[in-house]
Amino acid sequence: MSALTMPVDAAASARRILLIYRHSPGLLAASLLVPLAMVGVFGYVFGSAISVPGGAYREFLMPGLFALVALNGLMPAMVGAARDAGRGVTDRLRSMSVSRLGLLTGQTLADLLVAAVVLVPTALIGWAAGWRIREGLGPALGAFGLLLLFRFACTWVGSALGLLVGKEETAGQLGVLTIPFAMLTSAFVPTGGMPGWLAAIAEWNPVSAVVEACRQLFGNPSAPGGTWPAQHPLAAALAWCALLLAVFVPLAVRSYARAGR
Amino acid sequence: MSDPAIAVRGLSKRFGATVALDGLELTVPEGAVCGLLGPNGAGKTTVVRVLATLVRPDRGSALVAGRDVVREAAAVRGMIGLAGQYAAVEEGITGRENLELLGRLHHLGAAKARARADELLSAFGLAEAADRLVRGYSGGMRRRLDLVASLLTRPRVLFLDEPTTGLDPRSRREIWSAVRELAREGTTVLLTTQYLDEADRLADRITVLDRGAAVAAGTPAELKAAIGTLVEVTLAEDTDPARARAVLAVLTGGHPVAGPEPSRLSVVSDPVRPLALPQLVRELDAAGVVARDIALRTPSLDDVFLALTGAGATPAGGADPTAPGTGTEPTLESAA
Repeated sequence: MSALTMPVDAAASARRILLIYRHSPGLLAASLLVPLAMVGVFGYVFGSAISVPGGAYREFLMPGLFALVALNGLMPAMVGAARDAGRGVTDRLRSMSVSRLGLLTGQTLADLLVAAVVLVPTALIGWAAGWRIREGLGPALGAFGLLLLFRFACTWVGSALGLLVGKEETAGQLGVLTIPFAMLTSAFVPTGGMPGWLAAIAEWNPVSAVVEACRQLFGNPSAPGGTWPAQHPLAAALAWCALLLAVFVPLAVRSYARAGR
Repeated sequence: MSDPAIAVRGLSKRFGATVALDGLELTVPEGAVCGLLGPNGAGKTTVVRVLATLVRPDRGSALVAGRDVVREAAAVRGMIGLAGQYAAVEEGITGRENLELLGRLHHLGAAKARARADELLSAFGLAEAADRLVRGYSGGMRRRLDLVASLLTRPRVLFLDEPTTGLDPRSRREIWSAVRELAREGTTVLLTTQYLDEADRLADRITVLDRGAAVAAGTPAELKAAIGTLVEVTLAEDTDPARARAVLAVLTGGHPVAGPEPSRLSVVSDPVRPLALPQLVRELDAAGVVARDIALRTPSLDDVFLALTGAGATPAGGADPTAPGTGTEPTLESAA
């Protein structure tokens, strides 16, 4: 029965997220402010002392910031899922004949729309800072598609973790961990200067795979390391997204069914 | 339909080492308002969560309108409404949007969801606030919205888990009148509460829960009658309270305790012992106890609650009237 209602449930669930954004335009403004501040801090402050092989640092940086926008789907999804579980919203929905997969899919799809809206001005800011698309429109659209796919996967990871944690405060604290996770990548600096073991960790980080794949697709300067994901960033990025979705979609649906036991 | 609205048999559930339900029996006839009363940790919320298909019981069975909550969860979900201890509403959108969204999730369709939301908002005094963000609602309004949200599909059985906990007296009254209205329309309501006055006002049947099992069930009047009569005696100033207690203990078969002032004694009589005011006055007089005031009254549900659960919820300055051994020792005089 709930399989048939899934699209209806997904639409209602997506509507909820979009209504929240409509009532609080500040939320969207805040998500735009982060990449803007990052271009300022990394592009111009740190960037003034960083040089990368093969091109300008700010052009090297922008794919990193795009990936960060994608990664930023994780934390609000996690906090939101934990809040719903903690405040009884999840219980109410579970006591109704609603498709759990539909509910969660609706939320993540709505988030995807938000991410797409945030990516556009981020790209424009990047353009003003010297970032360029050098491989033509097709690969560039592919890169944005990959970024949205990664955001989609990150949102599912967030929903699953939020439901597992079940407490808004804990989820908030856990969410801070996304910052070192984002730093330990090739998003901001080439991995070549890191100690060997750290470079390997950074290159296997899914964020790095997405960043390097975008650099390749946009034709931006890059300095890939020697590990497999660094050499085959597009395949690695797609594999990471598939793996995250394969693990966290069922986990989120199962946790939803079990929230509060 | 002859099935009771709720039929619970031998229901048990443990969470790790904690026993939440221990062979609970509970029957609620169609159209009744049943109050589940019990101290914290008695298992009230767990019963509701099992009946609302949120928790699987370890043993026993639970049927809602004849349908099993585990094997026929989907059928049960179609017949119930749930309002929990929290206001489970989205703060970032308006009250109307909350209801419309839930209506869509109940598969009413957009138009019917909107119409039903309008209808409920005006029926429950929320029409004016309908288009404001819930973030700006008072605690009482949120709970009312939460209650309304559980009514979208006109559920046959409504579960209310501590619906007024933490609300101010006015908001409590508003929730109460809403629940009475629903009961009048024939909805079966299972209500958990820690507030005895709430159970007294709303419920036509009460089940007292303690440590996961029912320790008493009946109408509020039956429960009160079952524990006897409350005797309150105010002594004259020069009367020895210890002596008065001894006399009262013999007469009532209970354990008299002093109130905040040592000259005010109260005792719940043994229900099997008939008690009449003239006899009480005569016997106290014969023992040389001078009373300024003697009153017999029906015990409150508070007294029932204390007598049945022996809960540590002893009011300040009083003592648990059922605790053995506290009968005539003047322990409270030094404290008073």
